Amino acid sequence: MFLKFSLRSIFYGAGGGGNDIQWCFSQVKGAVDDDVAEADIISTVEFNHSGELLATGDKGGRVVIFQQEQENKIQSLSRGEYNVYSTFQSHEPEFDYLKSLEIEEKINKIRWLPQKNAAQFLLSTNDKTIKLWKISERDKRPEGYNLKEEDGRYRDPSTVTTLRVPVFRPMDLMVEASPRRIFANAHTYHINSISINSDYETYLSADDLRINLWHLEITDRSFNIVDIKPANMEELTEVITAAEFHPNSCNTFVYSSSKGTIRLCDMRASALCDRHSKLFEEPEDPSNRSFFSEIISSISDVKFSHSGRYMMTRDYLSVKIWDLNMENRPVETYQVHEYLRSKLCSLYENDCIFDKFECCWNGSDSVVMTGSYNNFFRMFDRNTKRDITLEASRENNKPRTVLKPRKVCASGKRKKDEISVDSLDFNKKILHTAWHPKENIIAVATTNNLYIFQDKVN
Amino acid sequence: MSEKLSADSRCEQRGDEKQDTQEKEAVVPERAEEAKLKAKYPNLGQKPGGSDFLMKRLQKGQKYFDSGDYNMAKAKMKNKQLPTTGPDNNLVTGDHIPTPQDLPPRKSSLVTSKLAGCIWPALFPPIDLPCNQEDY
Repeated sequence: MFLKFSLRSIFYGAGGGGNDIQWCFSQVKGAVDDDVAEADIISTVEFNHSGELLATGDKGGRVVIFQQEQENKIQSLSRGEYNVYSTFQSHEPEFDYLKSLEIEEKINKIRWLPQKNAAQFLLSTNDKTIKLWKISERDKRPEGYNLKEEDGRYRDPSTVTTLRVPVFRPMDLMVEASPRRIFANAHTYHINSISINSDYETYLSADDLRINLWHLEITDRSFNIVDIKPANMEELTEVITAAEFHPNSCNTFVYSSSKGTIRLCDMRASALCDRHSKLFEEPEDPSNRSFFSEIISSISDVKFSHSGRYMMTRDYLSVKIWDLNMENRPVETYQVHEYLRSKLCSLYENDCIFDKFECCWNGSDSVVMTGSYNNFFRMFDRNTKRDITLEASRENNKPRTVLKPRKVCASGKRKKDEISVDSLDFNKKILHTAWHPKENIIAVATTNNLYIFQDKVN
Repeated sequence: MSEKLSADSRCEQRGDEKQDTQEKEAVVPERAEEAKLKAKYPNLGQKPGGSDFLMKRLQKGQKYFDSGDYNMAKAKMKNKQLPTTGPDNNLVTGDHIPTPQDLPPRKSSLVTSKLAGCIWPALFPPIDLPCNQEDY
C-alpha cells in the first residue's frame, strides 16, 4: 500500500521530491471549431484502475473510451497514445410526465470497476439512472454454418446435403458495449455522485438529499443510508454535494455539503447513517462573513487519497487536504485563484460562482490538481509546496513541447507574459481533470475538448 | 439575473458619502463585493438566501409546455394579459402560464461524439442483449 511508485517514477523523480515535472502536450481530442454544440460539452473524465483506459462522458449522454497504445511503452520516446476504443450512447433524454420536467441525458459521473475477467465494466449515471456497462472485445467469429449462408440468410433446408462443424476464424477487432444492469427509480433529486465500494460488490449513489447503497447484482432495490431531507422543505439549509467510499475500509464513506462540511459515516454503526461518526469543518472567522461566504464554501468535490489517510475537498476558491484523524481543520490549504475574491459580485451575476470544479490526486498522493478559468489548471506539490499554473490550449500543439507556466496578475502593473484578471475568459472553464493512477499522464477537459499531457521523458 | 438597476452611478455617489466605510470594506475584498451586489440588487437576501439557492438547485430541469395548463390558465385570465415566464423557474407546474414561445427548440438527432471522430459509427453497432438477468 505504501510504495506505489512505478520504476519509471523513481527514476525520473516524478511527483514531488527530486526533480520538478515538466509537462508536455501529448494529444487533443474533439472538434476545433469554436461553435460548441451543447451535446459535446464534456461532463466527466475518468481513468480505469490500470490507466490503460480513459473514459469521458458528455452532455449528450455519450461515453467515449480511449485505450493507451502498448507499442511505445517499451521504447523510452514517449508513453503510448490514447486512441478511441469504444463509444456508445449511455443515456437518452427522458421525460417525467408527472412534473413536466425533462430528465437530462448528461453523464454526471463514470466510475470503473476493477477488472476481473476479459471484459471491462463501468458505471455511468445521469440525474436519475445508473447503468452498469460491459465493454468486451470480439476478435473471432464462427464461420461455416450448416443452415445459414455467410451473410446470415437462411438456406433452403432441402439444399443441405452435408454436415460440417462451424469453426472460429479471426476477424477485425470489434469492441461491444452492452448495458448489463439498469438501476433506476431510486432518486427523487439529482444524482451528483457514484462510488464503488472496496468490496467490489456494492456501490453508493448520492443525490442532493439522500444517499443509497446498491448491490451491483440487484437492480430492483437499494438501501437508503443517508437522508437529510427535512420534514418541512422550508427548513432546508444544506444539500449533499458529493460522496465517496473509503478506498480500503468498506464500511466507511464521506459526503460533503453545500455549507462546506464533510461528514464521515460508518455503516456498522447503524442502518441509517444520519448521525455522522466524524464531522470535518473549518471554523470560520465571523468577522469575515459576507453574503458570499456560504456560496464559496460549498464543496464541489471530495476525493480520498489512494492511501486512505487523507481526503481532499474543493470549494470555489481553494483546495483543502484533511487528515481523517483531525476534524477541526484541514492540514493543508491551497489557493486556486484567490484573485477572484475581488470579483465575486460579477461572478455571482454570471452564475460562475456556482461552477463545480473537481480535483484529483496523482498516483503517489504527492501532487493534487484542479481546474480554473481561461482553460487554466493548477497543480500543487504537497512536498515541495510549489504550485504551477498551466493552460490547455491548441497553441501548444506540438507533441513533447514543454508547457509554459502561466501567471495571473491580480492587480497593479502587469508584467510581460502575465494575464490580468479582467482578461480571463470565464466561459473557458476546466471543471474535470483526471490523473493516471500510476504514471504522470493527465487528462484535462475543456468545454468540448480533451487534452492529454505527459511528463517529459528525456 | 433579474432587473438590473442603473446602480453604477448610485454606487459612486455612495462611495463619496461613505468613504470611511468603503475603506474599511475594501480591506476585506469580499465585503466590497457584497456592497456592490447590494447596491445593484437591494431586494437580494430579504428572503432567506440559502433556501432560495437550494430550492432552485433541487428543481433544476427544463420545463416543458403543458397544453392543459396553458388552456386552463388562458380561460382563467381571459381579460388580463398573459404573463410570460420570468427568469425565476416556478416550483409548481400550472401556477404560472407557460406560453408556446417558451417551447425549447427540439433536440437535434443523436450523433457520434466528436471526441470519437466521424468514421467510427460503423464499427460500433448498437447491441441488444438481455439486461438485469444473469451474471454480468
